[in-house]
Amino acid sequence: MNHLAERVLMKGNEALAEAAIKSGCRHFFGYPITPQTEVAAYMAKRMPKIGGTYLQAESEIAAINMVLGAASAGVRVMTSSSSPGISLKTEGISYIAGSDLPCLIINVQRGGPGLGGIQPSQADYWQATRATGHGDFHILVFAPSTIQEMVDLVYTAYDKADEYRMPAMILADGMLGQMMEPVEFPEKEAEQKIEKPWATNGHQNKRVHNITNSLYLDPNELERTVVERFKRYEIIKEKEPMAEEYLVDDADIVLVSFGATSRIVKSAVNSAREKGIKAGMIRPITLWPFPEKTIQKAADTASCFMSVEMSMGQMVDDVRLAVNGKKPVYFFGRTGGVIPSPAEVLEQIEKMMGGAK
Amino acid sequence: MIQDIKRITIITGHYGSGKTNFAVNLAVDLCKGKKKVVLVDLDIVNPYFRSADFKEKLGQMGIEMICPTYANTNLDIPALGADIYSVFQKEDDCFVIFDVGGDDAGAAALGRYAKLICEEPFDMLYVVNRYRYLTRQPQEALQILREIETASRLSATGIVNNSNLGEQTTEQDVLTALEYGQSVASLSGIPLVATTAERKIAAKVPEATIYPIDLYVLPPWEK
Repeated sequence: MNHLAERVLMKGNEALAEAAIKSGCRHFFGYPITPQTEVAAYMAKRMPKIGGTYLQAESEIAAINMVLGAASAGVRVMTSSSSPGISLKTEGISYIAGSDLPCLIINVQRGGPGLGGIQPSQADYWQATRATGHGDFHILVFAPSTIQEMVDLVYTAYDKADEYRMPAMILADGMLGQMMEPVEFPEKEAEQKIEKPWATNGHQNKRVHNITNSLYLDPNELERTVVERFKRYEIIKEKEPMAEEYLVDDADIVLVSFGATSRIVKSAVNSAREKGIKAGMIRPITLWPFPEKTIQKAADTASCFMSVEMSMGQMVDDVRLAVNGKKPVYFFGRTGGVIPSPAEVLEQIEKMMGGAK
Repeated sequence: MIQDIKRITIITGHYGSGKTNFAVNLAVDLCKGKKKVVLVDLDIVNPYFRSADFKEKLGQMGIEMICPTYANTNLDIPALGADIYSVFQKEDDCFVIFDVGGDDAGAAALGRYAKLICEEPFDMLYVVNRYRYLTRQPQEALQILREIETASRLSATGIVNNSNLGEQTTEQDVLTALEYGQSVASLSGIPLVATTAERKIAAKVPEATIYPIDLYVLPPWEK
């Protein structure tokens, strides 16, 4: 991606909002919740200046249904929330997926369950990858680990959502949302690459009217629709997984980690290497589709895996499925808004590898 | 600037301009100069990355900290304790630094203490960062300053050019931003009192108001 020459300092939440605007998003519907409120606050400031729509809905449920409406009309649209708010949105997300509509949903995760807390967490992994609503469906899930990657993945998420006609989610966490880093934006505003002949944007008596809908009266027709959708998912699983590999080739222990946690893990991997332990890291960038093949390849050479998460262990399920019993898969995590320290992760690596070499 | 510091120093600025890092540096420098120091975390906007994060560290140095009741807990309630009023009763040799939340939203909390603050000499510093989105033009920085002054019912007395890109700030970044700091000062009619740069860079910057700082506000993997 071509970036502007000069870098600016931005909070993760602001960067997500600005990147969406630069991706052509002119419609934002949301509801405030810590630690993502800056996304909405930023949109509230910027949208009126560029002819866009910012609307604080009466609830998260209302906001996601407004997203459904805007997505039906074929425009780039976004909503944003944090964990409890995403739970409220799940009905609407299911309707959007069931209507084959593209949109972007931001989850800046905080501690749960319930009202939980406002500190960073990754405990919505299962929800994001398996159950963002009822029924047979998936959404695309991207997990950035830097503010720059948050920007870049917003562009990717919009393009892929349009291409496959499905919702995309940026699964961030409070740490990424609140921290500041220098970022660069592409020089030009992104153009929508995909025609949307299905959009319900006015037929002007020139074509048959379009319908976007998730209700099917005939079970056989519903089955056909769902099966067609799952064929698309197979293509996505083949073509779209993204992962970063760090010192994996000769690694004895491969740590698997995403989002902000991966930066803590990378720091621990470097310390382990200094102590003579061959540690490496795989960082899934797409959580759905999960980068199974990257993990499978590492399972041929590594002696064990350890998933490190800000949860009680959720992604570790996908790591185990990918490793498929070939090698042991361990887990280390902190939860409830507690962030693991590089020293703690290093201690776990040493424990697994029998101390410093 | 440490030499002519008044008993009460208020740090305001745009959201994310680096107020907390500057406030912590100022507190530490005063403490090293054998002064009694109280740092007040008055931020009712930011959930993380705030002065309260340094309570233990600063406490060990002998710096007293006063924080909002629920700072760094899971309660998202911007409650300010009555203990803040104690700073107005302190002896003349005790220095007080207010780390205020960003923009006019954060400065609103300050307005409540405006009357007491005005009863003695004080400085209200306006922290600017050329590299922050939406305040890259001096004119934009000026507009936010005026909003802060209105919300806080206080007038700024000094500009702090804290232009930085976090731990990635280079010497060139600091040099490029010198003109910006002067522009904000001349546009606002408020003197430039400090230009910050990380200690290792500061010595190389030809600027009379240079103020060497350390980076305290860091993500967990940089600590």
